[in-house]
Amino acid sequence: MNTKTLTKTLGLAVLGGLIAATGACSGSAGAGSDGQVTIQYWLWDDAQLPAYQQCADDFTQANPDITIQITQTAWTQYWTNLATQIAANAAPDVWVDHVSYYPQFVADKQIEDLQPYIDQDPGSLDFDQYVSNLAELWQVGDIRYGLPKDWDTIGLIVNRQAAADAGLTADDLANLTWNPTDGGSFEQAIAKLTIDQAGHRGDDPDFDKSKVAVYGFLPEWADGSQGQNLWGNLASSNGFTYADQNPFGTQFYYDSPALAATIDWMAELSNKGYAPQLDVQSSLSRLDVLKAGSGAMTSIGSFNQMLYQDTPDDYIFAPLPTGPQGRMSAINGLSNAMYAGGQHKDQAWQWIEYLASPACQDVVGDTGVIFPAVQEASDRSVAARAEVGLDAAIFLAYLDQPSGTFLIPIAEHGGEISQIIQDAIQSVGLHQTDAQTALTTANARVNALFN
Amino acid sequence: MTGWGKSRGAITDGLSQPVGPAPRPPRPLRRHRRGDGRVALIFIAPILVGFAVFYLYPTVRGLWWSFTDFSLIGQANFVGLDNYAAALRDFEFWNSMRVTLCYVILNVGSQTVLALLLATLMHRLTRSVILRTTLLLPWLVPNVTVGLVWLWLLDADLGFVNRLLGSMDLGPVGFFTNPSLGIMTVSLVNTWAYTGYNALLLYAGMLQIPPDLYESAAIDGAGEWKLFSRITLPLLRPVLALVLVVSLIGSFQIFDTVAVTTKGGPVNATRVIYYYIYQQAFTYFHLGYAATMAILLVLVLGVLTFVQLRLLRASESQLA
Repeated sequence: MNTKTLTKTLGLAVLGGLIAATGACSGSAGAGSDGQVTIQYWLWDDAQLPAYQQCADDFTQANPDITIQITQTAWTQYWTNLATQIAANAAPDVWVDHVSYYPQFVADKQIEDLQPYIDQDPGSLDFDQYVSNLAELWQVGDIRYGLPKDWDTIGLIVNRQAAADAGLTADDLANLTWNPTDGGSFEQAIAKLTIDQAGHRGDDPDFDKSKVAVYGFLPEWADGSQGQNLWGNLASSNGFTYADQNPFGTQFYYDSPALAATIDWMAELSNKGYAPQLDVQSSLSRLDVLKAGSGAMTSIGSFNQMLYQDTPDDYIFAPLPTGPQGRMSAINGLSNAMYAGGQHKDQAWQWIEYLASPACQDVVGDTGVIFPAVQEASDRSVAARAEVGLDAAIFLAYLDQPSGTFLIPIAEHGGEISQIIQDAIQSVGLHQTDAQTALTTANARVNALFN
Repeated sequence: MTGWGKSRGAITDGLSQPVGPAPRPPRPLRRHRRGDGRVALIFIAPILVGFAVFYLYPTVRGLWWSFTDFSLIGQANFVGLDNYAAALRDFEFWNSMRVTLCYVILNVGSQTVLALLLATLMHRLTRSVILRTTLLLPWLVPNVTVGLVWLWLLDADLGFVNRLLGSMDLGPVGFFTNPSLGIMTVSLVNTWAYTGYNALLLYAGMLQIPPDLYESAAIDGAGEWKLFSRITLPLLRPVLALVLVVSLIGSFQIFDTVAVTTKGGPVNATRVIYYYIYQQAFTYFHLGYAATMAILLVLVLGVLTFVQLRLLRASESQLA
């Protein structure tokens, strides 16, 4: 073989290899030549996947020329993946959107305004069918950045045996009160649920807080700027407001004494031995620690209740305690958003409209996994949970009372605000500083982001 | 830690180079032939293309972004040196650098000392292949898995280690959650993962030292410590320098263990520079600012590598 042939052969081999390698890595997507359209749909919750696959199958049956391809990515990678896909002009046609992240996409003009599509066929969508104004979360002026998908609130989960041993009935737990000064009957219940290694309970003078066997409460310290899992709810029931307006506030009130008192109370809970100190708190989920029996009570989102469908008798579910300003829970809504750079927007709209319709929401509701945005589908979800012995009514209790729910804040710079406030609150949990000092500094940093 | 694969080629360079000047380089026997250059080009084309596409182009683009307000999505506007000025004023940036430096010192220090000890033991006591392979096992486990395994083992409440401590009436210790222990735990986890690999590199270096040196020294009555300090260590210097430089660069790139175990917390106690760059780029969508910090890190690493190589005189050897 002479040099020239060798050169050619090698060159071809290298080229062929490279082409084969790149070909094997790239995915396949897009429309076929015969008018068939594939709509990409992204969501993060694996528990919801079967329900939405059912919706997709039903939808394709009714619209044979549109196929829905669902991609599920875990929450921790979801937003990074979505952002990089958008940067590559290859984002999914429709994705499940969250209030913490959508302002950034709005600012970058990546989400399609749905109002023109709605106006094409006025009356086809009934906005009164959704729970508690959920549709308004996604509305900025006349622009609508998504249709409601589902919603959630927060409650308490208590180990049933631990509660019985502490002499607490389900009724006691459903009627707890709280204030930041002495913690109210909520703190008394936590004290009773706490046991040291010698068997003394937290309200016993002989209680040894350095040798705790079971903690009465497991607080969430890594809770961003919203405190959705505990402090946001307690602080709100103590008169705290996050910002001058919501959505899209620009002036924040994290230096409010109502919030500082709440955080100090949480830190004090650890000092009394009723909750683990932050520096020796498990890095695993609070629900894992609860299951292991080292904690007796913690807060839980309504979206997690079905984790207990096989052991409904082991736990009591209760609403959050009533604070000085009443009983309040954060309400969070999700939506389905359309990619502004998509190739098949009309078909994507058909899919979004179907997702927001009772037809799909009832299918999702019947699984009980989440509370769909349509009121009737939510009721179906509650019924599905009741069938396996789980009391979901406690998550709906807030909706009946005026200002029983508050929207978690929606703002630009969400990622940074989240880290700044979480750092400040953790520094209180670590007893490095008091809440008022930490939050005043942090609030100044947050407000500086908007100048 | 990325960049480890690169060390394999480099280590042989480090060894073959110091063989010293031959008396007179023989004239090249090959006559110059047309076409050799082209064949050679084809042989290195894959790596050259890879280098251009995956290193050169991203580096140039990253450098450009560091002068813009690019947000990953949308337009990039030129902002001059604003990002650099912001980085120098950003206390989170300096905190990340400090945390990373703590990590590097703890990690490279403990890792190198242990690896040297293990390599010497392998070299002087046993040459068992099984033992050598066993040492590599932790290095073969993916880093995310290493992180998860240790996260569970060392968990403050449910971890095996703390249960063990508890049975001895000690603890609990928040290995990952205590702000003053967090970065040390992360360092030692990676020391556990990489010591075996480093030991193997050093062991390979030790094998290059002529055995007769040890024999004659032993005849002269030198003990093991003397053999180590007077023969092994000085003659190992070029390899040691290389291992140190590669460990140092790899160590600065700590990301995965932190991302899996502590996510930078509590507060910012383990927010190493790569994690902070990642947050700026993909959580806050400040890609321009993230690129700036990456460029600053490149500068720091370049200076450190240069200083280190000079101090250890890596290109000279006493084996000549």
